[in-house]
Amino acid sequence: MPQRVDGTALACLSVMLSYLLRRVLYAVPITLGVTVIVFLLVHLAPGDPLSAIVPADAPAEVVARLRIDYGYDRPLPVQYGLWLARAVSGNLGTSVATGQPVGPEVLRAVQNTALIAMLAAVTGFTLGILLGGIAGYNQGTLIDKLATGIAIAFVSVPNYWLALVLVILFSVELNVLPAMGMGPGGSEAWAWDWLHLRHVVLPVIALSAIPTGIVTRTVRAAVAEVLHQDFIQALAAKGLRAGRILPHVAKNVAPTALAVMGLQLGYLLGGSILIETVFSWPGTGFLLNSAIFRRDLPMLQGTILVLSLFFVGLNLIVDLIQTAVDPRIRRS
Amino acid sequence: MAEVGVIAVKPEAPAPAAILSQGYWALVRYRLLRDRTTLVCGAILLVIILAAIFAPYLAPADPYKTSMLRRLQPVFKAPYLIGSDELGRDMLSRLIYGGRLSLVMGITPVLNALIIGGALGIVAGYLGGAVNMAIMRLVDVLYAFPSILLAIAIAGALGTGLTNSIVALTIVFVPQVARVAETVTTQVRGLDYVDAARASGASTWAILRVHVLGNVLGPIFVYATGLISVSIILASGLSFIGLGVKPPEPEWGLMLNTLRQSIFVNPTVAALPGAMIFMTSMAFNLMSDGLRAAMDVKA
Amino acid sequence: MSTTALAEVPADPRDRGGPAQPLLLVENLRKYFVLRGGVLNRAVATVQAVDDISFALRKGETLGIVGESGCGKSTTARLLMRLIEPDQGRIILDGEAVGAADGIGVGELRRAMQMVFQDSYASLNPRLPIEASIAFGPRARGVPAQVARDRARDLLSKVGLEPDRYIRRYPHELSGGQRQRVNIARALALEPRLVILDEAVSALDKSVEAQVLNLLADLKAELGLTYLFISHDLNVVHWISDRVLVMYLGKIVEIGPVERIYGEPKHPYTRALLSAMPSMDPDRRTEVPSIVGDPPNPINPPSGCRFHPRCPHAEPICDRTAPSLAAGGDTAKGDHAIDWDRHAVACHMHVPGSGHSAAPVGGA
Repeated sequence: MPQRVDGTALACLSVMLSYLLRRVLYAVPITLGVTVIVFLLVHLAPGDPLSAIVPADAPAEVVARLRIDYGYDRPLPVQYGLWLARAVSGNLGTSVATGQPVGPEVLRAVQNTALIAMLAAVTGFTLGILLGGIAGYNQGTLIDKLATGIAIAFVSVPNYWLALVLVILFSVELNVLPAMGMGPGGSEAWAWDWLHLRHVVLPVIALSAIPTGIVTRTVRAAVAEVLHQDFIQALAAKGLRAGRILPHVAKNVAPTALAVMGLQLGYLLGGSILIETVFSWPGTGFLLNSAIFRRDLPMLQGTILVLSLFFVGLNLIVDLIQTAVDPRIRRS
Repeated sequence: MAEVGVIAVKPEAPAPAAILSQGYWALVRYRLLRDRTTLVCGAILLVIILAAIFAPYLAPADPYKTSMLRRLQPVFKAPYLIGSDELGRDMLSRLIYGGRLSLVMGITPVLNALIIGGALGIVAGYLGGAVNMAIMRLVDVLYAFPSILLAIAIAGALGTGLTNSIVALTIVFVPQVARVAETVTTQVRGLDYVDAARASGASTWAILRVHVLGNVLGPIFVYATGLISVSIILASGLSFIGLGVKPPEPEWGLMLNTLRQSIFVNPTVAALPGAMIFMTSMAFNLMSDGLRAAMDVKA
Repeated sequence: MSTTALAEVPADPRDRGGPAQPLLLVENLRKYFVLRGGVLNRAVATVQAVDDISFALRKGETLGIVGESGCGKSTTARLLMRLIEPDQGRIILDGEAVGAADGIGVGELRRAMQMVFQDSYASLNPRLPIEASIAFGPRARGVPAQVARDRARDLLSKVGLEPDRYIRRYPHELSGGQRQRVNIARALALEPRLVILDEAVSALDKSVEAQVLNLLADLKAELGLTYLFISHDLNVVHWISDRVLVMYLGKIVEIGPVERIYGEPKHPYTRALLSAMPSMDPDRRTEVPSIVGDPPNPINPPSGCRFHPRCPHAEPICDRTAPSLAAGGDTAKGDHAIDWDRHAVACHMHVPGSGHSAAPVGGA
């Protein structure tokens, strides 16, 4: 019999490792697919990519020269290959509008977006877990209905409108918080003091609305389902107080909650454009906005590429953590 | 905290046998009609939709008519019922007319996605194997983008305009609907009664039509109605940042955009279009929840 | 139920070969399920669900198939119905090969053969009234709607459900026993010659089970059906079967007339199974567990005879060579006709000259 036990443990571990490895490898074609779509996106647009920078009356040889410089004269697959090769080595091209390299700009913007995204994630998840937990434990009562109502409201609110309303309330009417920007000195001079943090308050509140709502609903549903299960009744019958049962509930709710939170973090990072527009926050959304309107294709491609890859990577990490945490998936 | 182990939920009174014997949809209708929240939301949405349809008869003024003298009038000041916008146009009229564009931009992509994504997902789910893998891989790649990002990227690439926005949002929603459709269809496909139908020698189409579709369309439809609230927010969001509809069209998101500068002068009026988006989206969300609860029958 | 004299069956116009020809001849049926895993999704293991089984089914008989979970009984049923495609093997229906160029197609097979599943609720579309469920098969085959409806009513009354009361009911309004009757009606709607009953009564309460079994026996007599009755319940199989087939880990280990299998089981596994049945006689108590060792794993089955790790009579020959069903037990008749009374067993102890110490002398 001892031989059997060893074999089983080793088998389990190797199954899990191979699953993890398979999951990572699976992300590769997805990532490639993402790059293809990002590349093709900008070529969806009608009109010459060059038309944004070149005035209509430019002489033909100048236009031709520029076309060769930017590589727009090569066939599409070649352009894709070159672009991908450069991107992998860190070179995301040069902005058509500013002439500056795209990479560093995107990086700076990502940092700024990450600031509010992370803060919004922390706020939203904490609130969401609290609200969801309370609602789940008090299922069917008024508290539950209230919490669920708040959650639905948060999920249905257009966050850019919420941002506007917050600005109206706190900046226009009460004049206690600033309406835009990152504080004195802009994004380069960031410091963790109130002078700068006060710029973060409103964007974070607006950004965190939807994640709060979604996490609340998920946690509530998960908690309610776990509480209904027989083993909880068994624990209560054994005499455990509610406080001691809580860790059991938490452990069972954790995988689902973590998955949702991971997804929401991804959306926060990638979907902050509307809020950033309202607050003129110099993040990736803002960059995206200006790239679209100036038809700055390299900037557009670079920004979308970085954001999407972040999202793919985040999903992968969430998936792996979930596998490691949830024993049921491990064993299957 | 409530005492653990004691479930506070009042068990719902079971439906009368007469309804049960009329089949599944009768049961769904019965439950829906007794769900007050859903009924109220349904009524609100009906009002908004009807107002949008009958806008020419309901709007007190021409939504395009500007008046440089009477810009940004406050609420309830004559002759405007709820004020005027930054170009002096009547807000009430623009809100009512705005419903048309906002609703169309919100609902059309979901309808498209329902048809395209639903078909893809059902085919992938029923046929399984290589077809399933091919379709779902493609879906996975599109799924790898956050929705807002993808919507803005596509709309940004295609350009402004109503059609482009609808195309962009359709592309965003097709993978989501396809995924749900595939999951549900695979589930149903594995049930014994589908095997029994196959064993009877019926054609694939007959099996799909009689046994699969009836059981699969319900959950897909419920999911799609949940998407409408997201779609309305995204569609208006597109107009808000300048993609989508262009001025002088009345559209709630666009109105929020153009009124942004006016929040210092007349904040209430500036916030009104967003309130409409919020209300409509929330109503769709609540209705979708109610629909899901009514259809979740464990007989 | 005696084997040599089956009840008089009404002559079937679809009958081709007469009573001597088996209704179903299964030859070397095999189905392995490949488990994928590892980094590159390669095949890591194979579940040998059904491994090279062959048997014949006599017209008008009830063949019981017994075995524990995982032995391959349900897979066999689905292979016969072609709900799963076999890796290898032939099925010959009344003399005509299924799937062969000069034989009959799967559609034809499904006209002759139908199945009743174990889960009575999952077998019925919850959205359809039972009339529609029963009539679906015929309608899909081109039967006009009114004729199909009339047939559904007729069948409902045949299975003991009053048509006027039940015709418009939904599955969730019926009890388990009633649903299973509906499933039987549904199977009969296509007028098959063979009905496969895959654990059809296992999920029912005992009293209901008895009613359904009686119904099945009556229907068989009235309609001249042939049954393949799969079950793990030895008592029920004893009652309903003419012949019994015992499966273990994807292989047939013993086959023969029911009284001989139950009276003088030859294979050690069959003996263990039968001795594990609780007896109504208080003086006969089971004191020693009949089977020792771990339950079998259909992945990587043991070499040679699959039962040898648990067999009290195992010897080295059992590990080396797999015993053949054709060679063991009663000597096969020399001529072409199938001996329906033959009691065959796949065990080296009964194969003459196999090398096992208990084997009879002689043979090839």
